[in-house]
Amino acid sequence: MTAIQTGFSRRARVLSVAASLAVGAAVAAATAVAQQGQNFDNVQIETVKVRDDVYMLVGAGGNTTIHVGSDGIMVVDTQFAPLSAKILSAIRAISDAPIRYVVNTHLHGDHIGGNEAISKAGRFRAGGNVVGDLGAAATATAVIIAHENVLKRLSADPPSGQPQVPFAAWPTETYITRKREFLFNDEAVQIIHEPNAHTDGDSMVFFRKSDVLATGDLFTTVMYPYIDVANGGTIDGYINALNAIMDVTVASNVNEGGTMVIPGHGRLSDEQDVVEYRNMATIVRDRIKEYVKRGMTLEQVKAKKPTLDFDPRYGMDTGFWTTSMFVETIYKQMAEANPPAKPAQGKNQQKGKSE
Amino acid sequence: MTRVSVVALGVWLAIGASVPAFAQAGADFSGVWQPRYHEDQPDRIPGPELTDYTGLPINDSARQYANSWDPSRLTLPEEQCRVHVSPYIYRGPLNLRIWEEKDPKTQDLIAIKHYSSTFEQTRTIWMDGRPHPGPNAPHTWMGFSTGRYDGDMLIVETTHLKKGWVRRNGVPMSDQAKMTEYMVRNGDVLSHIFVLVDPVYLTEPLVKSQEFVRSTRELPAGTWLWVCDPVLEIATREEGEVPAYWPGEHPFKDEYARRHQLPEIAVQGGAATMYPEFQEVMKKATIPPPLPKPQPGATRVTGAGQQQGR
Repeated sequence: MTAIQTGFSRRARVLSVAASLAVGAAVAAATAVAQQGQNFDNVQIETVKVRDDVYMLVGAGGNTTIHVGSDGIMVVDTQFAPLSAKILSAIRAISDAPIRYVVNTHLHGDHIGGNEAISKAGRFRAGGNVVGDLGAAATATAVIIAHENVLKRLSADPPSGQPQVPFAAWPTETYITRKREFLFNDEAVQIIHEPNAHTDGDSMVFFRKSDVLATGDLFTTVMYPYIDVANGGTIDGYINALNAIMDVTVASNVNEGGTMVIPGHGRLSDEQDVVEYRNMATIVRDRIKEYVKRGMTLEQVKAKKPTLDFDPRYGMDTGFWTTSMFVETIYKQMAEANPPAKPAQGKNQQKGKSE
Repeated sequence: MTRVSVVALGVWLAIGASVPAFAQAGADFSGVWQPRYHEDQPDRIPGPELTDYTGLPINDSARQYANSWDPSRLTLPEEQCRVHVSPYIYRGPLNLRIWEEKDPKTQDLIAIKHYSSTFEQTRTIWMDGRPHPGPNAPHTWMGFSTGRYDGDMLIVETTHLKKGWVRRNGVPMSDQAKMTEYMVRNGDVLSHIFVLVDPVYLTEPLVKSQEFVRSTRELPAGTWLWVCDPVLEIATREEGEVPAYWPGEHPFKDEYARRHQLPEIAVQGGAATMYPEFQEVMKKATIPPPLPKPQPGATRVTGAGQQQGR
């Protein structure tokens, strides 16, 4: 793999992303595992203004999205726990308004690590029976919203030897339907579930008036799609999610700008960037699917180098999510869904097209 | 462009680096410019033929990308209005308007603007010394450009480009590419040279040059417009389909080589194919058999002249 030179070094990028996402397989221990061996002292939080009311905070974990307005602040994803003070400082540099909502796009520790500290720094609006039943607890923290499957996995018994994610970091409100929507800061906010993609609890958050979409790890600009199989992820679901992102986004008449996309990791993007990423994921998936249909073994598929054209941009030879693991995961899922044809049939061999 | 030319550009770059940055006295490029296509005409106007990668310093990844690229991908609604990135847009047919923007209070040169009729792109070359944005800023078709003068030569550095192509038959340019341009005016002729560095898909810098001639009059308004409204072109296509050929199974993979009687090793590109020494390699390489003659009454696409620039 050829090292690429970007504004930040490839090694730094790989280490950062690997550390950020390595937590996926051990959900309950996510935050603790991710923090091991990682020094956050020198991490700087960069604030990128996306639209008048929307900001992207870039640190060491997944990107954080901030929406500010007269109702208060919504925080989408909270990075690692040790960064909470820096995240809060960055938020306060934008606005002194109360933090009302925290939304988690999925369960990984680099996206939920700061839940407890950031929700405790906020307060919710409640009255009537809610306050009557719960007292001060009803308004003492910001609400944490996520898909139901995030809560299920965070509240399940952790793997042996792994600590449980603190109760205070769990979602306090979940949804089980395809979408949850409400008005906040005079903005229609749509929290949209994409099933079995990166995980089985993925949400993307669309700020309709501002025309900004926070995707979580359903889209990144730094690596191949990470399919967290242990937590319900599938390549088909991931590609479906990318197409769903494209359904939400609307580009300008020259395929640039329009809806802005805040990825789970990487730079601020727009629909065209998602198109390129979707193309890559679809082409690689379709190649491996075709090879499976032809009866090829995993080793034969790897020998065909189905990711060669994208490796210098997205591939990793080391770390938690290597190119080899990406291919193996797709192969396994395609083999399960598409058993190879019997020998000597070869009816697909002349097709020569991705499906 | 020869190795000598590359060396010369390197010297230019070294000279440029030694002059004070953002010097604001240089040639005025303002006006309406129209390209001349005597250089690389088949590549620029009819358009490149499939699997023609001659003279491009591409790596194996770029070659596989291009050999898998199905032109039908451009029928996808999300691809129909794809803009040529700035390292490519000057190669095609366009009308180019250049003007300066100056601070009204100081008359300092803030920016040089380029408006390209192709895709209605307005490009800003900042001349006020501002830095390039950080790695988390969005990428655009035109990228983020800053300029400085070296004498009368304008030198422009561009970053934050979207993924595009270096040849519009599928040879990719990554979003990590960076471009340095050199613009020189000799009377009514503008010479534009760019050096493209792409750590993802190129093994050496790609150098191209093109010329423009200044128009003595403004052009009709309609010649400046490029309206693109994507539509559904293939109604039976399944949602989410991305047209592509399987690696190594491009149905027209040898057509260009056979039509022009060139060895396969030449048409597949690579840095070596840029240099004069490669002629010796070509002399020893096997020439593929010519394409069969068309059947009587058949109309065969001949490549040149058949396609119009998008």
